[in-house]
Amino acid sequence: MLCDNCKERDAIINLTQVEHDSKVTLHLCEQCAQQKGVETGGAVLKSPLGNFLGAVVKGGGAGALVPAAGDGLRCPACGSTLRDFRDSGRLGCDQCYVSFDSHLRDLLRRLHGSSQHVGERYEAPGDNGGDDPRSRLLDLKAQLRRAVEGENFELAAELRDRIRVLE
Amino acid sequence: MDLSLLPDGGMRWLDASGPKSTIVLSTRIRLARNVRGVPFSQRAKDTDRTAVLERISEAAASSDRLAAAVAFHLDQMDRPERQVLHERHLVSKELAGLEREARPRPGAALLVQDQVGVMVNEEDHLRLHGMWSGFDLEDAYAAVEAVDADLGRLVPFAFHPEFGYLTSCPTNAGTGLRASVLIHLPGLVLTKEINKVLQGLSQVGLTFRGLYGEGSEVVGNFFQLSNQTTLGKTEDELIDHLGKIVRQVIEYEEQARDGLLKHARRLSFEETMNLLSGVRLGVGLNLLPGPGVYTLNKLLIYTQPAHLAAMDGRSTGDRELPTVRAAFVRRLLEAESS
Repeated sequence: MLCDNCKERDAIINLTQVEHDSKVTLHLCEQCAQQKGVETGGAVLKSPLGNFLGAVVKGGGAGALVPAAGDGLRCPACGSTLRDFRDSGRLGCDQCYVSFDSHLRDLLRRLHGSSQHVGERYEAPGDNGGDDPRSRLLDLKAQLRRAVEGENFELAAELRDRIRVLE
Repeated sequence: MDLSLLPDGGMRWLDASGPKSTIVLSTRIRLARNVRGVPFSQRAKDTDRTAVLERISEAAASSDRLAAAVAFHLDQMDRPERQVLHERHLVSKELAGLEREARPRPGAALLVQDQVGVMVNEEDHLRLHGMWSGFDLEDAYAAVEAVDADLGRLVPFAFHPEFGYLTSCPTNAGTGLRASVLIHLPGLVLTKEINKVLQGLSQVGLTFRGLYGEGSEVVGNFFQLSNQTTLGKTEDELIDHLGKIVRQVIEYEEQARDGLLKHARRLSFEETMNLLSGVRLGVGLNLLPGPGVYTLNKLLIYTQPAHLAAMDGRSTGDRELPTVRAAFVRRLLEAESS
């Protein structure tokens, strides 16, 4: 049987706890059991279920608050999955916020009471209208004028083609 | 690596020149930033990390406020030196590689100029921070924000129109701002009011930690109070809110200190002993002008249950004894100071 936690290694420890009249049994490998605070020398439970669950939540940090339903989602930019985030509590890259956008929006609302940033706005260098096609066009036309003035016809032709595409 | 390169050793805040510095040791502002398009630290390769450091170092060199920064490359420093930086609150335990069996990762660095430091390749690519003496949120934020703006003009930061500044852990997203004050609250601890204060904090969106921040224990009655959330409010709102609450905590602490014995309304015998012990120490070290030791000795005997009960015609089990005791202590201390 595979470990309930990592789903990679064989489970060697069965952890059974009774709470509110319901029985919960977890099958864990040695590594995962140790991580969760279970003494493996003789499979002694070091901490009661409260601490055990606490450790699970602590391990994944904020990630543990994300439902497991989207576990298979993968960020194409960095390759990390939503599952990785649930386990580590850390995201792989800035694109993860786009890749896992709906899950993170829910999480951010739970953590902060809102997902809408209202603080300082930021414009990255080079973005000065760079993402706005209108200002890009203006910029290209200015470059075209300079190229024509400088009799750099090869560059001018290339710029003219790029302007046509945008227009 | 020569720590003496740092003017004031990176600890100008020790000079206690700031407001309310008998109660608030320091005010700290931290901003979390990441370089756009580079994997966050957890996922970054060593080459990513060193590239981030190179890019930040170049940007710093051509910036207004970090051009003369002293750089510490943690992966090239001995453990004791790294630990010194950590003890000065200039680098986190994680960045300094001080966790058990850990080593600093390649590209782990600290840049410091004046009172602002930049940790490079921490949990986020950049952690800008500044520590100010006393209770001084506005000045600390202004200085750190200026360095942030400087670097942000030269290096593209990860920013999202809805989520704000993007961070490795979503608990920091949005403003990336953590504002905190390191505050000494022995009065509230002695009067056992501290738990009420700490519980109140969580209800108003603030949190507390120990001397060395996240995960550290509270020792010596030092508490770090800081904002819990970073998104959905402006930087100014977050800072104003923390400021308002801290001002209130300072007021409670002042009241608690002032009123420990002189204004107490109910005192258990044990509380009385603890407080008298503190006063006695203060008098013995000539830190307090009074009361006289004779008065302190008398209080030691006459605040015990049988003495109080006899004095006031009550039984030793009387529920009002703490009130009687407090009144008696007040009377004796007032008689002494008049």
